Amino acid sequence: MKEIRLHGRGGQGVVKASQLVVKAVVAGNYYGQFIPFFGVERKGSPVFGYLRISGHEIRRKMQVYDPDILVIMDDSLITMPETYDGLKQGGSIIINTTKSLEELNVPEQTGSVAAVDATGISEKLFGKNIPNTAVLGAFAKVSGLVDKDLLFDEIEKTFGAKNREAANIAYDQVKLIKE
Amino acid sequence: MGTKKVLTGNYAAAEAAALCRPDLVAAYPITPQSSVVEHIAEMVNNGDLDAAMVQVESEHSAMSVVQGAAAGGGRVFTATSAQGLALMFEPYFRMSTLRLPMVMAIATREMTSPETVWSGQQDAISVRDAGWIQVFCESNQEIIDMVIQGYMIAEDQRVMIPVNVCYDGFYSSHLTEGIDLPTQEEVDQFLPPMAPDNHPVLDPNNPFALDPMTAGPLLMKYRKNHLEAMHRALDVIDEVDAKFAKAFGRSYGGAIEEYRCDDADIVLVTIGGMSGTGKDAVDIAREKGIKVGLIKLRFIRPFPAERIAKALSGKKAFCVIDRSVCFGWSQGPMYMETKAALADTDSKFCHFSAIGGLGGADISLQEMLDTIDYLEANKNEPGEKETRWFLKD
Repeated sequence: MKEIRLHGRGGQGVVKASQLVVKAVVAGNYYGQFIPFFGVERKGSPVFGYLRISGHEIRRKMQVYDPDILVIMDDSLITMPETYDGLKQGGSIIINTTKSLEELNVPEQTGSVAAVDATGISEKLFGKNIPNTAVLGAFAKVSGLVDKDLLFDEIEKTFGAKNREAANIAYDQVKLIKE
Repeated sequence: MGTKKVLTGNYAAAEAAALCRPDLVAAYPITPQSSVVEHIAEMVNNGDLDAAMVQVESEHSAMSVVQGAAAGGGRVFTATSAQGLALMFEPYFRMSTLRLPMVMAIATREMTSPETVWSGQQDAISVRDAGWIQVFCESNQEIIDMVIQGYMIAEDQRVMIPVNVCYDGFYSSHLTEGIDLPTQEEVDQFLPPMAPDNHPVLDPNNPFALDPMTAGPLLMKYRKNHLEAMHRALDVIDEVDAKFAKAFGRSYGGAIEEYRCDDADIVLVTIGGMSGTGKDAVDIAREKGIKVGLIKLRFIRPFPAERIAKALSGKKAFCVIDRSVCFGWSQGPMYMETKAALADTDSKFCHFSAIGGLGGADISLQEMLDTIDYLEANKNEPGEKETRWFLKD
């Protein structure tokens, strides 16, 4: 089982994006589970998401404390102590950012860091910052946990062709800034 | 078989309710339940569900409207949480004591104060003595299956008691996972329409007084009947579980589920979604050689006292984990009731109450594992230990 923790802000689409991953994972005959964690639901407040992907039934219904992967949709959240907390030794970070590795100040145990300017892609395509589908494109490329076509089909089914395009662009643009 | 779908717990409840072909749904939105009735309203609006949808101005009205429709012979559904359930209490109690069958989902939530909208089972637990049957679910699949089974249990002539299908707010209501959604044909075959003579039905062409002022001696007979029906429901629950297993290939063990209990020395007793985390903890502890099992309380009204006593018979130690409190006892309510179920046994247990997950707090695997270690270390010391609070610091 792989455990992923997502960090974003209300309105950025953390919940919808994670639900699409679960759909794609289940369509590929794996097990997926997503639990959102809200503060008070208003735009801009931090939102956490707990995503699990497994070859077996997922029974635990709890938060993710030691994620294998961190998905960070908003790089202003890296100053919150909760954001990097508990990342597994050698764990991966996928982050929506234009910052350098040094500026990201990732914890010592970090394995790889993949960066993508999902906000830039989103603003260019939609005129606003809804980075979730672009981040999913990066996730599909880097995580190796979900079939790209199944995920991109789910994106298109739910959000339309333009969001598939956002995911495709991010798939091509995402860069490993730490390996 | 059914269709593979990916749904939240709330959508699972809504889809299952729709498959039971309700005549009427009345509801008022409240966190974390809202998307149950939003999805039902959506299905009615899209023509996917042929039911009357009544948008009321409060939960008190929601229960009053479904009560009227049930008294008129309809199959009805609603859902609520916490403060909504509290506001509903007056017609809620009347619904069960009128002995009208229905299913109501409760996405369980902590009760205010302090102000909170997050998870906890205090709402449903606090009304466990209002005459309803209550079942707590672990997974989204179980939510679906229990809504469907709930109507069959509620409408059984030996029972005639409404059923609450309870599941954890957020940790289940907003949890997304894959499920198998039965087809309409399958559900139609399993759950026939309610028989027209199921109970006395209000009819404007043949008026009669429903629920007239009733003197104590007769009222006591009604209560006694209600209690006896509640007890009979224990058999009906097991029967319906077996019937459901035959039709859909899924069994939940009836009123309780026993997990790896056969050769266990120590037992965790859990309720709701935490049971899944508990099962993972049991498997991990078993690998270390600890003989631990788990009892998942499913139905708590009626309380399956005999089955619990039997399942715990011969064990050395147990802990009951509650996601709610029992004011006045400094312990959890399911712990109190489990102890009551054991009053007539001569076993000498090490036992204690654990309380966690209030107000949206997590019940983690680590807390389960620590509790198992504590049980294992103390299993040969009979008697009650201090209540264990799952506090992070």
